[in-house]
Amino acid sequence: MSPPIDFSLRRRTLLAGTAAAAAFSAVNRGGAAAQSSAAPAGPETSTVTLTVNGEPRELTVDNRTTLLDALREHLKLTGTKKGCDHGQCGACTCTVNGERINSCLSLAVMHDGDEVETIEGIGQPENLDPMQAAFVEHDGFQCGYCTPGQIQSARKVIEEIRAGIPSHVTGDLTAEIAITDAEIRERMSGNICRCGAYANILAAITQVAEESV
Amino acid sequence: MEFTKPVESNLFDNAKVVGKPMQRIDGPLKVTGTAPYAYERNDAAPDALYGYPLGAGIGHGRITRMDAEAARNAPGVRAVVTTLEIDPLEKGMNNVARLFGGDEVQHYHQAVAVVVADTFEQARAASALIEVEYEEGAPADLDLDAAFERVQGTGEPDTLVGDVDAAFRDAAQVVDQMYHTPGESHTMMEPHSSTVDWSGGEDMTVWTSNQMINWNHQSIATTFGIDQERIRVESPYVGGGFGSKLWLRADAVLAALGSRAAGVPVKLALPRPMVMNNTTHRSATVQRIRLAAGTDGKLTGIWHEAAAYCLPGGRGENATAQTPVFYAGETRRVKNHVVDMPLPETADMRAPGEASGLMALEIAMDEMAEKLGMDPVQFRIVNDTQVNPSDPDIPFSDRHFVECLERGAEAFNWSQRNTSPGGQRDGDWLIGHGVAGAYRGALVMPSGARAILDGGKLIIETDMTDIGTGSYTILAQTAAETMGMDVADVEMRMANSAYPVSSGSGGQFGAPSSTSGVYAACMALREKIAGNLGLDEAEFNGGRVTGGDTDMALSEINEEVSAEDAIQWGDFQKGYAMGTFGAHFVEVGVHAYTGETRVRRMLAVCDAGRIINPITARSQVIGGMVMGVGAALSEDMALDTGRGFFANHDMANYEVAVHADIPEQEVIFLDTLDAVATPLKAKGVGELGLCGVAAAIANGVYNATGVRVRDYPLTMDKFIDRLPAV
Repeated sequence: MSPPIDFSLRRRTLLAGTAAAAAFSAVNRGGAAAQSSAAPAGPETSTVTLTVNGEPRELTVDNRTTLLDALREHLKLTGTKKGCDHGQCGACTCTVNGERINSCLSLAVMHDGDEVETIEGIGQPENLDPMQAAFVEHDGFQCGYCTPGQIQSARKVIEEIRAGIPSHVTGDLTAEIAITDAEIRERMSGNICRCGAYANILAAITQVAEESV
Repeated sequence: MEFTKPVESNLFDNAKVVGKPMQRIDGPLKVTGTAPYAYERNDAAPDALYGYPLGAGIGHGRITRMDAEAARNAPGVRAVVTTLEIDPLEKGMNNVARLFGGDEVQHYHQAVAVVVADTFEQARAASALIEVEYEEGAPADLDLDAAFERVQGTGEPDTLVGDVDAAFRDAAQVVDQMYHTPGESHTMMEPHSSTVDWSGGEDMTVWTSNQMINWNHQSIATTFGIDQERIRVESPYVGGGFGSKLWLRADAVLAALGSRAAGVPVKLALPRPMVMNNTTHRSATVQRIRLAAGTDGKLTGIWHEAAAYCLPGGRGENATAQTPVFYAGETRRVKNHVVDMPLPETADMRAPGEASGLMALEIAMDEMAEKLGMDPVQFRIVNDTQVNPSDPDIPFSDRHFVECLERGAEAFNWSQRNTSPGGQRDGDWLIGHGVAGAYRGALVMPSGARAILDGGKLIIETDMTDIGTGSYTILAQTAAETMGMDVADVEMRMANSAYPVSSGSGGQFGAPSSTSGVYAACMALREKIAGNLGLDEAEFNGGRVTGGDTDMALSEINEEVSAEDAIQWGDFQKGYAMGTFGAHFVEVGVHAYTGETRVRRMLAVCDAGRIINPITARSQVIGGMVMGVGAALSEDMALDTGRGFFANHDMANYEVAVHADIPEQEVIFLDTLDAVATPLKAKGVGELGLCGVAAAIANGVYNATGVRVRDYPLTMDKFIDRLPAV
């Protein structure tokens, strides 16, 4: 067992060790830069190339721009929703290189060269994807604001289970994972629906999973 | 159309469309992300710039100085408006706290500045450069328990019937307990958002997220002192409201001020961490309930006294709302107190009053049933009433509470449950079953619409909103039914102040009121069409109008025909008590070692008149049940009593129910018809689904463990020390 770390790291303590001194000077430089905000340390914008719904798109964005705002405000793809902007609600879920992420927790500049799929790329009102159609059929939404994120997650949840990626409720990690209510509920729990359509969303996902065996 | 007497047989009694399950007509737009919400109006305001708010950093007091110079000089900034630069704005309808202007801070995160910039990032960064100096108000007493002790017994009772003291003196059994419900946040998925074009400083267009177009329209006019005719308000898609978007809020006010200052349209969404303290919430309540009953199980006395908080002049939360009317009982005393506190504003949240009141009353009913040795279902049945017990000359218009309980008990297999608390085990889980009654008033409001027949298409225009409730769909169904047309031939145009004023969405009055308004407009259109064709009597069926020698398709009418009308509610309804009723049944598992509570099965039985669309109505009810699970087990606004704000102001720390929390849910609608309520014999159901749910869960926890918890939410820390020995 390691001895308890003395975690009352006062400034004097920090200055005492060489590694800590280096850390302190770095912090200090950052602080000085922040104070003279008129003179940023480097370029404030970056150019990124994304493939969005199959189309290459080049964007020049403020470095602080999230992937979510790049989609919504720069590409006008407003189907991906901003519910909390803090990775708490799941409304901004979209897929990057085939995996679902909270796009609000990711900066656009981190995605140069990435492939992004948004709800607009999945289906259109006259040409619904099976999951979108199942959500309509089972009334898997009410206000509709969390819905694109729910649908994005729902499609990936089926893939993740089939790929053998375990979840908190998976019992036997060596066996094939069954698509059960508990697995779906657990994996969908990052997508909040305050209207409370969960039971209907579960029905929609289950139907799509069964039809796509 | 004046609704002057109970409706007899009408076209809805042989309905082909109304009452039938129909998928949402706005569904394809919502599942593809193409329904535009308030911050997404690139169709209408493609050049809107970005507004970002700054909220006050103290609970209450005054602002002594603001310095926005750095913000004004920050990159991309077009305008900054601080609260010190303008006089306090007039308050809109039902706003208690001022939304902007002046130096007074009434609550934490009250808006004190808005920045407009070319990008969202620039606006946000600049808002952080604004310096604000405060003079904090005196520390306030924010202890609602202490306040209840002070006010208990004071003031005239709101309801006083019979000799209630004698009833308690002579009772065979008495329950007398204190109950607590916490502050609750609406936490709708879409934060309050508006795009406003007031760039010319004259006419204003507001694309917003609001439940009540007309109230909002009036309030904007009041706030800015301009003619209502110069303002247009649109809110075609609302990402949830639950009462938080009934009134004008700071998002629209700041976007308007920013737009005028910058001379461009501005869009602004409240950052999620500002929503809880900047907007409204449901007040916590402290409730004392006393019940007296005879050996026959009949209640002889009901005593309900409650307290909630609000800013001075506000309504808080009336947890006693149901108590004068829900159960029989010869005597009762009911009193609600609203205590002034300098906290963020409390106002309506889904089923305001009943939601909190039934959380307590329905536990008390369970406690009394146990004392009497009665089945809690039977105890409620024995205490049903068909008249308003506080005014026995007033009958209920239509009440089937007993049937809700009986149907539910049968469907839930209630008779098979374990009746000795703590007596059923499934592995590590203690299993319990709970029941609660549900009541919510059935309000109606005047509601108007315009119906236009144009080339075989029927267009309905009304300022009614759809906040996820299904208004688009049920209004199209109502219009199609009344005109004898296909729903596919109906185009709904809604939520725009250019259209006739409707009830709006709130208080579960939206569906019954707005369908009646559309019915009125369509009946006026029928009359006009018949008149144009010279028919004294006409039938509308299968897309055709027939009468006399005439039999023609509506699509053959070349000229556009338009009619407008509104439903007005006659005084005769005052001769009735109008309500909706239900029963909730739940099965819970409480972990024998940790006290973790999981809901395993839920059933609701609802008596709410004609169900206009069983799909959307069911979704409303299961959604209410989900909110009830949150209310029972996790939702709790955490008050920082030192600083006077709610500390868990985001979606990670204010815990609403998620997928993993929600089990199998069943809903049974009794096929009832309330001829007093509306021409469709329909009542609202969206709030009923929440009422009583939390108490059913609490009662289930008691049945599972033998531990009675009267303090919501039922988190394990409140009862783990009282769990049965393991």
